[in-house]
Amino acid sequence: MSTETAEARPDGLSPSQTVGPFFHYGLTPGAAYGHVPVSVDGQVAAPGTPSEPIVLTGRVVDGAGDPVPDAMLEIWQADSDGRYAHPDDGRPRASNSFTGFGRSDTTAEGVYRFTTIKPGRVPGPGGREQAPHVLVAVFGRGMLKQLFTRIYFDDEASNAEDPILALVPAGRRPTLIARRDGDTFTLDIRLQGGDETVFFDV
Amino acid sequence: MSLVLPRSSTVAHPPSLHPAYTSTVLRAPREPLVLVPHTLTELTGPVYGQGKVRDSDADLTTQHAGEPQGERIIVTGRVLDEDGRPVPNALVELWQANAAGRYVHVRDQHPAPLDPNFTGAGRYLTGTDGRYRFTTVRPGAYPWRNHHNAWRPAHIHFSVFGPSFLSRLVTQMYFPGDPLFPFDPIFNSIPDEAARNRLVARFDLAVTQPEWALGYQFDIVLRGREATPTEEPHEH
Repeated sequence: MSTETAEARPDGLSPSQTVGPFFHYGLTPGAAYGHVPVSVDGQVAAPGTPSEPIVLTGRVVDGAGDPVPDAMLEIWQADSDGRYAHPDDGRPRASNSFTGFGRSDTTAEGVYRFTTIKPGRVPGPGGREQAPHVLVAVFGRGMLKQLFTRIYFDDEASNAEDPILALVPAGRRPTLIARRDGDTFTLDIRLQGGDETVFFDV
Repeated sequence: MSLVLPRSSTVAHPPSLHPAYTSTVLRAPREPLVLVPHTLTELTGPVYGQGKVRDSDADLTTQHAGEPQGERIIVTGRVLDEDGRPVPNALVELWQANAAGRYVHVRDQHPAPLDPNFTGAGRYLTGTDGRYRFTTVRPGAYPWRNHHNAWRPAHIHFSVFGPSFLSRLVTQMYFPGDPLFPFDPIFNSIPDEAARNRLVARFDLAVTQPEWALGYQFDIVLRGREATPTEEPHEH
């Protein structure tokens, strides 16, 4: 019998390991490695995607308050109607061009940046709608596994009734809420220390 | 049937804080993680199509004018879910050092030669059988400054997407019998020995091509299983 047909339940997950310091040419090549094709970048929404274009940016800082110049963020979000480009969200979508996924490394100053659209509200547990939000995975040198967090928007009244924010101690909720200035929303990710970002056990 | 993501299986992962790997000390959160339910946000994730990947992305030995230096190898395996079901259309990305242990990265200043015929980045979209396959060269070990005389075991970085955002995995594949294993804090950050060994590829003579390349098998198991398994659950 060939190994191809020998089906067995795996003993467990493949464990995570750090992306290390040298992921850029493989995952976020950009202009520095122009000969490497890009599979994903920080341009989440093509120009002209229906809805409100926004920039999502901020710094990643460590427990000493220093910028993290070798982190990588990935985001996953719904479209402006709150629908995900995924078969398990069977609701029709206004546009098929929005994938909802993006990836950004950090600059020498620790800054990440996405060009995207403001998401809509999405279904939540127990039939309660969630406030508009973006799911974030943070990777980096010195990070043995990704950390999951969310970005909410400070101009959304529905934050007050969001079932996930409600699980976060009130004093720490501001670490999840980006502040608006024009079309730019800014939120720093603090990996450790004072005002440490809330990370989720998912 | 829908997807479920048991939390118990994540025990395989290393902790965020592993002081022997010194860079974790200022980058691991100190506050407890906040437990939240899985919503539609967590249970969905990016979907890829063939348009994102070219056939040439899977052969790292043919991306330049000449052939790279080093021992040519084939690395293949399946991307599986927790029930052992193949994950189709999974984007697999990899990156690695060259045969001398040097990354093409601008920040790698290790005094080993760059290879003008080797970049070290590739990608593959799995088929219906969940299988991927790369041709590359065996990467060299390289020094780092974590502690005195620190050397990383030879490894290939893997980035894999599964059916949901929570299935997302970045890991490293190691080679069997590496003498550096006992000294590497990144490999040893994984608490369970059996879990560590799941990151060690298996030499496979059946994958090895005569007069051409050594073959290695490396299966990757991601979070997620069907809500209604067709088999009895594993007894632990």
